[in-house]
Amino acid sequence: MDKRVLVVEDEPNISEAIRFILTRNGWHVDVTADGVAAIGDLQANPPDLLILDLMLPGVSGFDILKALRADPATQAMPVLMLTAKGQTADREEAQRLGVTRFMTKPFANSDVVAAVREMAGS
Amino acid sequence: MKLPSRTTQFLARDTYRMRRLMDAARMLPVVGLVLLLLPLMRLDSSAENPPTAAEAVYLFLVWISLIVIAFVMSLWLRRTLGPPRPPVAPLAPPHEPDPDAPATPEGR
Amino acid sequence: MSFNLLVLTCIAYVIFLFIVASAAERSAQQGRAKWLRSPLVYTLSLSVYCTAWTFYGAVGYAARSGLEFMTIYLGPTLVFVGWWVLLRKLVRIGRENRVTSIADLISARYGKSNLLGVIVTLLCVAAGTPYIALQLQSIALSFTVFVSDQGRAPLAADRNLIAFWVAAGLTFFTIAFGTRNLDANEQHHGVVTAIAVEAVVKLLALIAVGIFVVWFVATGPSDILARIDAQALPEWTIQPGRWTGLILLSAIAIICLPRMFQVTVVENIDDKHLATASWAFPLYLFLISLFVLPIAVVGMELMPEGANPDMFVLTLPLHLGQDGLALLSFLGGFSAATSMVIVASLALATMVSNHIVVPLWLKLRAARNLDTGNMRLLVLSVRRLSIGLVLALGYIYYIISGGSEALAAIGLVAFVGVAQALPALLGALFWRGASRNGAALGLSIGTFLWFYALFLPSFGPDVLLPAQLMEHGLFGQSWLRPYSLFGLTTLDPLLHALFWSLSLNTLAFCIGSLLSFPSPIERVQGALFVNIFDRPGPARSWTTPVAQAEDLLPMAQRILGASAGQAFFRAQAQAQGKNGFLPDITPDFLQGLELKMSGSVGAATAHAMISQTVGTTVVSVEDLMAVASETAQIIEYSSQLEAKSEELSRTARKLRDANEKLRTLSDQKDAFLSQISHELRTPMTSIRAFSEIMMDADGLSPEEQTHFARIIHDESIRLTRLLDDLLDLSVLEHGQVSLDIRPANLRDLIDKSITASKSVQAQRDFRILRSRDPEDVQIVTDPGRLTQVFINILSNARKYCDASDPQMKIIVRQKDTMLEIDFIDNGSGIPRDKQALIFEKFSRLTDSLQAGGAGLGLAICREIMNNLGGDIDYVPGQGGAAFRVSLPVLLERPPATAVTSSSPIDAAGAD
Repeated sequence: MDKRVLVVEDEPNISEAIRFILTRNGWHVDVTADGVAAIGDLQANPPDLLILDLMLPGVSGFDILKALRADPATQAMPVLMLTAKGQTADREEAQRLGVTRFMTKPFANSDVVAAVREMAGS
Repeated sequence: MKLPSRTTQFLARDTYRMRRLMDAARMLPVVGLVLLLLPLMRLDSSAENPPTAAEAVYLFLVWISLIVIAFVMSLWLRRTLGPPRPPVAPLAPPHEPDPDAPATPEGR
Repeated sequence: MSFNLLVLTCIAYVIFLFIVASAAERSAQQGRAKWLRSPLVYTLSLSVYCTAWTFYGAVGYAARSGLEFMTIYLGPTLVFVGWWVLLRKLVRIGRENRVTSIADLISARYGKSNLLGVIVTLLCVAAGTPYIALQLQSIALSFTVFVSDQGRAPLAADRNLIAFWVAAGLTFFTIAFGTRNLDANEQHHGVVTAIAVEAVVKLLALIAVGIFVVWFVATGPSDILARIDAQALPEWTIQPGRWTGLILLSAIAIICLPRMFQVTVVENIDDKHLATASWAFPLYLFLISLFVLPIAVVGMELMPEGANPDMFVLTLPLHLGQDGLALLSFLGGFSAATSMVIVASLALATMVSNHIVVPLWLKLRAARNLDTGNMRLLVLSVRRLSIGLVLALGYIYYIISGGSEALAAIGLVAFVGVAQALPALLGALFWRGASRNGAALGLSIGTFLWFYALFLPSFGPDVLLPAQLMEHGLFGQSWLRPYSLFGLTTLDPLLHALFWSLSLNTLAFCIGSLLSFPSPIERVQGALFVNIFDRPGPARSWTTPVAQAEDLLPMAQRILGASAGQAFFRAQAQAQGKNGFLPDITPDFLQGLELKMSGSVGAATAHAMISQTVGTTVVSVEDLMAVASETAQIIEYSSQLEAKSEELSRTARKLRDANEKLRTLSDQKDAFLSQISHELRTPMTSIRAFSEIMMDADGLSPEEQTHFARIIHDESIRLTRLLDDLLDLSVLEHGQVSLDIRPANLRDLIDKSITASKSVQAQRDFRILRSRDPEDVQIVTDPGRLTQVFINILSNARKYCDASDPQMKIIVRQKDTMLEIDFIDNGSGIPRDKQALIFEKFSRLTDSLQAGGAGLGLAICREIMNNLGGDIDYVPGQGGAAFRVSLPVLLERPPATAVTSSSPIDAAGAD
């Protein structure tokens, strides 16, 4: 069975692009724009990998990451964080919270694919 | 640093009492003088001999009252007096407020 | 009692005092016996006020004038119970400036002027001499009265000789204890203790006689009161003028009398002693006065006609066969007289030596360019000589005046004399503007008038003033008669002199002070004295290092004595952190040295000596100005510091505010940039991702290609609009927008806006409720911009109105020159906590960005409305989102630069 990726992203066009390129590379991609719902979903049905937008309505990507790392079930889950803000402070904060990879939008599709592959492989 | 009491708008009750006591201490001699001048206002020029005994009793009573009041006041007022300050000038520039600061504003 | 026995008694008593004084002096030197300087001793030492004039004279006074004798004690009572007003300040100033006498205080206050010192000294000597004579007289008189065997001892009848021996004895005693040391503060432990003992003796003596009279001669207080009324004479009627005047006069005297100044101020070591004395000394006076009238009355009753009432205290017990009591009484009178003479001569001698002899000596030496020699020995010798001089003067006065019987008169003459120092003294304490010239003028005029109108005439006609002059006035001018100057004929001579001398003295003092310009040092001293309670430390007045310590040490040794001088120098050096005896010549050190020396030789002399050693006899004006400014700084120290710290904290607050603002601005800029970055990157991300997908085109269906191309297209448009909005906002915010102002019809604009907004979510059926008549208004504005605002509001409503049957109400109202257009939809509206934010840039209420807004719309609307002279507000509580656009019907001209009310960034919103 294909490995499953959950994309938490509120910008529909971006999540659609990610879904397209990852699906093409043999991933099963689920997309949600609702960060709050995503937290519950993650714990109930943990994906193999998480792609997380930093700026989400109602909840920040950091909060989701924090919740994730606090739960033993999802503690080790690889997380790729995407942000359009691209400030070093955000990168540092993400690393402090235990992010696996951190990428700034806009990204090269190949980079995303490579990163996802690498993270899933390790 | 501590504000000089002159500018303090709000005073603790004790300090306020002490200030008023100082006022009273200033009034005492005036009150005393008025009382001592009272005999002048009851001079009876028609009487052949002055009522010396009565006036003497009155004056001595006023006198001893002033002494008693001054005694009571001094018990309180002396608390505002610090120990005597050394008369030799300190070598360092002054940096401490006067120990009897409450007394100063009205000490002019 | 035999003469010899009496003399022996006196000598034994004096020896006893001598032992007491020596013991006190010794304990003080060893630093023991704190009780020596207790409030009790201080209070008792104040009793030098009660001289033989009190002890003997008060009874005589009472016998002649009834209650009037009390005025002499009531005045001081008022001054002491009112110590907080005046004495407290006087004592503090005296102690902190190491004042040695009243002349020293006045001289120090008025710029360390020796002229004033000389005037006050001469005045005090002139007034004090008769007073000392009075004491000699009373002792002599009491001898002759007491000695029963006058026949066998011819010496006893010779009062002049007795007076001589008494004077000589007292000179010896005073020199022995008054000039033993020449130490700072001019305090004399031995003398003060002896005085305290004598105070007890005289009080006990008078009370003993009083008790004897009241309870053994009479039958008790009521009997005495009855006897008083029986004896009352018409002359006993209180005279209002004298009663008031004498209370005033005695109040002045207790402050100004040199001997009282000595014991009250110079010998004081602690303010608290004054607090005790404030009631204890009046109590002493009360007890002294209590039995005066009873003794007088009983004496008048029992003593033979013609007996001298001034001696009743002594003669009454003798008359009634109470020899023991009489002896006690004699010792009391002896105590009263001797204590006064000792203290008075000590005080006067200090003044004479410090203000007359030593300055003269210095001047002579300096003129001949000689070394000042051993000053310590000089000052001590001068002091001793002065004591002898003062007592000699008293003796001579006694001989000349020939033993006038009315003792009281001389006392009052002296009182009026010393009262002349009062204006200058009060000015010194309370008036910064009081000047040396004023004080000198007032003192001179007052002293002259006292001399002419009271002192000289008091000797009687033809003694010093010719009777003819007394009768017809100077140069035959009747308005210059000594007892009725300027036509004031009805006052009694004493009040007359008191009135003229004191009022003209005060007048001259005030006018002189007002018209003259004080020297810097005067102003410094004035400020220091008047504001004594306001500053943290004693005076300072030396600023520039002008001499070498090597030059100063010998001088200091001469004055203070070798060991004391060296100790002082060593302590000062140590305080500066130096070893050895030679401190740096700092202003503080010079000030301390001057203060220390002024305790021995007076302020003016000490100042002059240091000046001389320093090489210049006068400190330069620059120095003085420096002194003045430095001292002024000290005086206004607290207030200045307070002001400074206030100013400092004000500045700090301002800085903090500015910093805060800068930080906020910087934060806002960062947030704004980060926000813009986010808003730009988001569409860019989609564009890039889908471009890459399409570049790698194989495997894409045509539908997918079209779909992806549309996404790229839409996102590009979104990006363009965002950039347009940003530019628009920037232009609007900076007021650089050029408005296209022309007439338009509001209804047309609304029509146009509704049509334009229909493209947004075109599939939604949106009902618009309008009332077309009120909309029909001609307005002058920028129709394009206004339409932009309307479209924004309408589009927002279309996007965000969450009602299932969405509708929009448009209401137009005209208020005077303003139009109000309300846009109210029927959705759930904007939450209260977000209402304040929606007009901020990048505020987004929801993140559903399907419509692709960046959150700038309402911010732009507000800027536009400001530019159009109106505003846009959110109106809560209208049953949905409600925006009110207000604008002037007639926009006259573009308003001056519209000030932006919005900060660059915030979060959440609608557009």
